[in-house]
Amino acid sequence: METFNEHDGVRVDRRTALKWVLAAAAAMQLPKPTFADSMVKSGYGKDPDILKIYKADSLWPLTLSKSQRATATVLSDVIIPADAESPAASAVGVVDFIDEWISSPYPDSVRDKPVVLEGLAWIDAESQRRFKKDFAGLSESQRAAICDDISAANPKPELATAAAFFKRYRSLTAGGFYTTPVGMKDLRYVGNVALTSFDGPPVEVLKKLGLA
Amino acid sequence: MPLIDTAGLQKEYDVIVVGSGAAGGQTAYTLTLDGAKVLMLEAGRNYVPELETAMFQTPDQAPLRGASTLDKEFGFYDATVDGGWQIPGEPYSSASEEKERKFWWWRARMLGGRTNHWGRISLRNGPYDFKPHSRDGLGFDWPISYEDVAPYYDKVEMLIGVHGDNNGLENTPDSPDGCLLPSPKPRASELLIQKHAKKTGVPVIAIHRAVLTKPLDYKRNAALLHPGNPRAQQLAADGMRSRAPCFWATPCGRGCSIKANYQSTTVHLPPAMASGNLDILANAMVREVEMGKNGRATGVVFIDKTTGKELRAKARIIVLAASACETVRILLNSKSAQFPQGLANSSGNVGKYLMDTVGASVSGQIPALENMPAHNEDGAGGEHVYAPWWLYKEQKAGKLDFARGYHIEIGAGRDMPSFGAAAGLANFTGGYGKKLKEDMRRYYGSFISLVCRGEMIPNEDSYCEIDPQSKDKYGIPALRFHWKWSKHEERQAVHSHKAFTEVIENMGGRVTSKQDLLPGGFIIHEVGGAIMGADPKKSVVNQWGQSWDVKNLFVTDGAPFPSNADKNPTLTIMALAWRSADYMLAAMKRREL
Repeated sequence: METFNEHDGVRVDRRTALKWVLAAAAAMQLPKPTFADSMVKSGYGKDPDILKIYKADSLWPLTLSKSQRATATVLSDVIIPADAESPAASAVGVVDFIDEWISSPYPDSVRDKPVVLEGLAWIDAESQRRFKKDFAGLSESQRAAICDDISAANPKPELATAAAFFKRYRSLTAGGFYTTPVGMKDLRYVGNVALTSFDGPPVEVLKKLGLA
Repeated sequence: MPLIDTAGLQKEYDVIVVGSGAAGGQTAYTLTLDGAKVLMLEAGRNYVPELETAMFQTPDQAPLRGASTLDKEFGFYDATVDGGWQIPGEPYSSASEEKERKFWWWRARMLGGRTNHWGRISLRNGPYDFKPHSRDGLGFDWPISYEDVAPYYDKVEMLIGVHGDNNGLENTPDSPDGCLLPSPKPRASELLIQKHAKKTGVPVIAIHRAVLTKPLDYKRNAALLHPGNPRAQQLAADGMRSRAPCFWATPCGRGCSIKANYQSTTVHLPPAMASGNLDILANAMVREVEMGKNGRATGVVFIDKTTGKELRAKARIIVLAASACETVRILLNSKSAQFPQGLANSSGNVGKYLMDTVGASVSGQIPALENMPAHNEDGAGGEHVYAPWWLYKEQKAGKLDFARGYHIEIGAGRDMPSFGAAAGLANFTGGYGKKLKEDMRRYYGSFISLVCRGEMIPNEDSYCEIDPQSKDKYGIPALRFHWKWSKHEERQAVHSHKAFTEVIENMGGRVTSKQDLLPGGFIIHEVGGAIMGADPKKSVVNQWGQSWDVKNLFVTDGAPFPSNADKNPTLTIMALAWRSADYMLAAMKRREL
């Protein structure tokens, strides 16, 4: 496929056109003044720089202490461990993300922050109660004993709060993991690349669906 | 895009256009390519899609994995600047505290307005949609018919580029040859829905969206759009040639730096600017239209947001294209001794008959779509198929308990995983560990959503007015909304749930969630408030969008819509804006205006 350059009418391919776009973006200053503040105190506002690549601590001071981080890391990796296809959650920055998430000023974060902090404290206390060690120091089977209880379809009533924490922590872990290139690859998402044509589903897919 | 600052304002223009979105963009395009000198005032900042569109960014490069927040309601990478349902310092209110009687007003304070992020769905109203009262006795007929608007639908499709098929279905107009671009092939999940929807008579066909599936035929289209005007042909052709066709990646809601989809900023404004006839002033928040002693509008008063100063601009014709509710606000705030109820309001109907679209949905999980081999389904950055309203005969035979219809939009496919989708999928699978990872692979891409987008009938209880208590940070009185759905909309949503559940079950799937009728304003298809009609006592503007009371005042956004068909309003806004602008040009040539 070919297209045209607006400046001189020379035919260029799309890859070249894209390069120009990227080069222009790098070379030129973006429109400056912004007028709408954030809807929340210290939020990123209604006109953030969307081309910047943000890190977990780019916008807000992080929350987790060293020991909370250790527990969070192990729990994230229990939820999403390494397997033949992809690494564990913490290897792609999921703990950093969870720390960022609970540190932001937006309502979902404000709601989740005590859930996560109290949940991490609970899981260490529960580990001490059952096995006399913090969660990070437990064996795989000891960790499973606790996680099985709080991830059960119908957890015991006294575990309701811990189960709610686990559910939320799992969704944060999965949301953090599968939105990275590594996680996307694990899900067999193969898009986000420029193509010259869109050919519809491959024959093997149509066959599987009985549509071929 | 080079813009002027306040020092660059000319003493007088032929036309002032307030707003730079679909309506303002089309109005300015048509006027300037025919030689009129136009000043466009945009309340938001300049916005340059080529330079500030996050095309290939992944969520892990954004704060909070790109999740939606109160600052970016549609997610971090959504192409909305200084906008959303709430903007700091720009309040509005609802008269009722009841949840279902509140109205949500989405604004975008940026050049190009909401066209930068919109869904690009570009459906023509059909013949019935212009004469709804004649068919069922409800609401209002338009003072024009499909035949009046059809040539302008043709023009807009050829200018902006719309892909789609012609299917010859009832009240779902075909386009003449040469108007539409080829449809993208349906995705696997879309084909599966198509196959099973047929069992209950639901026709799933190619959607029409404003995305270039191939380059526009710039020579042919420009010649057809601007006969006898070589300069306009050249400008239109240059604009078309600057756009690359879709490269089948990245969601359209982020905007498009290669200009493959329609945004006012990439399609309407560049040729208008290149004509040399358009001045654009950004950060200009219009407060009111000023009147002269002769009963004609003389110009507008606006706040320069960069300095906070009150300034004026003058023109022979004033066009409000600020979005339906903002246009109403400007009219109602333009009070004078001559017009104590606000401008153009001798009918008392300014602000009345505000409409949105009926929104409801059902989602389901489809086992047949589990464990699909990896393949790229990004496609044209939105759905490739939809189902138009299909029960005209049943409705006519009195078999349905509501008037008017809905179309079905379809969410399906192996989209780039978002934070919300991945988090939700983990809740669906439950468990943890290696089993969770296997389940995530198994179920990703196996969900579909069937979405109702239905017609709302105008009613006396849905309107907006000036709030006597509230002003924005520029000192401009704010709007207060009144809202009420009727039985028709409520029953439509219920009907859609039943129909969608049948489709999902016929696919061998099970329903995982249902969304009841959403609040007013949620679908962001608000129209009405300055409706057009044949009778000056009952309408605000005539068929040209021209105020009955003030001959040189026009409205070209959605405010003149006297009905809100299930078809998304943007294409019709553009067609009518072109038609209005042609009328203005002719009237100026006749020296009437």
